[in-house]
Amino acid sequence: MIINGVTIDKTFAEAFPMKATRAIITAQNEKWAMISAQAMTGFATSVIACGCEAGIERVLSPDETPDGRPGVAIMIYAMGGKGLAKQLETRAGQCVLTSPTSALFAGIEGGKPIPLGKNLRFFGDGFQIAKKIGGKRYWRVPVMDGEFLTEATTGMVDAVGGGNFLVLAESQPQALAACEAAIEAMKKIPNVIMPFPGGVVRSGSKVGSKYKALGASTNDAFCPTLKGITKTDLSPEIESVMEIVIDGLSKEDIDKAMRVGIQAVCDLGAANGIKRISAGNYGGKLGPFHFHLQEIMA
Amino acid sequence: MTTLTFTLIAPPAQRVDMSPLVCQKLEGLSLDAIAAIELQNGNRKLRVDELFYLTGSNTQDIAIAGSTDKLDFIGKELNGGSISVQGDAGAYLGMQMKAGTISVSGDTGLYAACEMKNGLLQIDGNAGDFLGSALPGNKQGMKGGTVLVKGNVGQRCGDHLRRGQILVEGNAGDYCGSRMVAGTIAVMGTVGRYAGYAMRRGTLLLWNQPQLPATFNDCGSHTLAFLPMLFNSFKPLNSRFADAKVAFNRVQRFGGDMAESGRGEVLVKL
Repeated sequence: MIINGVTIDKTFAEAFPMKATRAIITAQNEKWAMISAQAMTGFATSVIACGCEAGIERVLSPDETPDGRPGVAIMIYAMGGKGLAKQLETRAGQCVLTSPTSALFAGIEGGKPIPLGKNLRFFGDGFQIAKKIGGKRYWRVPVMDGEFLTEATTGMVDAVGGGNFLVLAESQPQALAACEAAIEAMKKIPNVIMPFPGGVVRSGSKVGSKYKALGASTNDAFCPTLKGITKTDLSPEIESVMEIVIDGLSKEDIDKAMRVGIQAVCDLGAANGIKRISAGNYGGKLGPFHFHLQEIMA
Repeated sequence: MTTLTFTLIAPPAQRVDMSPLVCQKLEGLSLDAIAAIELQNGNRKLRVDELFYLTGSNTQDIAIAGSTDKLDFIGKELNGGSISVQGDAGAYLGMQMKAGTISVSGDTGLYAACEMKNGLLQIDGNAGDFLGSALPGNKQGMKGGTVLVKGNVGQRCGDHLRRGQILVEGNAGDYCGSRMVAGTIAVMGTVGRYAGYAMRRGTLLLWNQPQLPATFNDCGSHTLAFLPMLFNSFKPLNSRFADAKVAFNRVQRFGGDMAESGRGEVLVKL
């Protein structure tokens, strides 16, 4: 398959089941909601070493938030429920509770309830106040700038992590420009996050390493500087490869995000140095969710 | 199916225990079977059809027409469905109700919504003393749901209130929110003396400055983020509380009762 001069490989991205939740952070203005959201989703690019994958889903207007203030929806993904709950709680405690004027609300109705502010309330040292409003339980925790308002729980649901595609280009700037265009388009799709810095990862990994202590190592088949000395997947003109990783609430959500992302890359086309779109998989051994590139773009 | 309507034949001389006439107890019964139910009336028992004309068939939608303040325990332990009282209601209206709605077009007597667990109780007239409170000797009053009173309420409104909300469009008598354990009482009018007396936790939300006991301390004026959400939750109600113009988020906060644990609050609109 070739779109606008870009070859779409006959391969698939391989993804695996995760647990996910969404939280809504609001603040006096969008600036401070975003600051808090960025802190909460920081150091959360990969479950390999961060404990979770997190990202900003989108900015919310005041009429979309529970308290009528500007807000940001963030999502956190982890391999298991316990890990997710721990990450959510520690991040909320350190990054939202501490952030001026912030409030924190559930972003998923239904699913299994996991603590959001339920345990953060103890920061109130006995002065915290519970309020049940519209059937939901909230905590008002006295803090130095006034009160930190937080919903007690949010919902945890089954999700899919590790959807991906690779952008193979003739140069590093061209690969990055294509990925930036893809991320811009993909940000408009609900229920997905692209957890790596700016949504783009340049250090795609393979399973395993020559070093016993490491479970993952550089994806040498896609490293352009190793073309002559390893079993490469790259043709001579490829000088740079970048990857976009997608976590989503369902396979369909990731399908949509991949479609618009790949399309945005292909819109730049061969004229802008984009040669191929490929994907990372592990022969079908890693996860049950397979995203066949050509089917998605058909 | 049409509303099952109990129309009072004549005002009873003695008090009537209406607790058998709730939706879940009447479900599946024929009109004849309902007519044969015996109600305690003073020191004797009367059949339903000796007190009421019966029309309609929907046991989940009950109306009591021509009601008077002699009819006690209307909607006791109601667990779904609706009861509409046309006229006044006696004591213990909606006592321990678990779900559903009760509306009263007139006034109610003592202990309305006492130990209520959930649901919506709306009183268009005035409510008597001990609205949403605990029964004498018990330590926890209303535990959930919403009570809306469009008129005034008597003394000891929300005594021992544990959870849920009592919304009063008119005035409240003395000892409003006394011995509150938690929950919310909102009063648009005035409140009497000793508001929040011995309250442990919970919120008294007032539109007018009360005369508070000396054991309440001023915590200053504040903009509280939960108030817009609270007012927003009132929007489905047929009430002045649903009007966005009455909402506010700037309050004077008084903490107390310091003679108790002092974790309660009286919030007064600024």
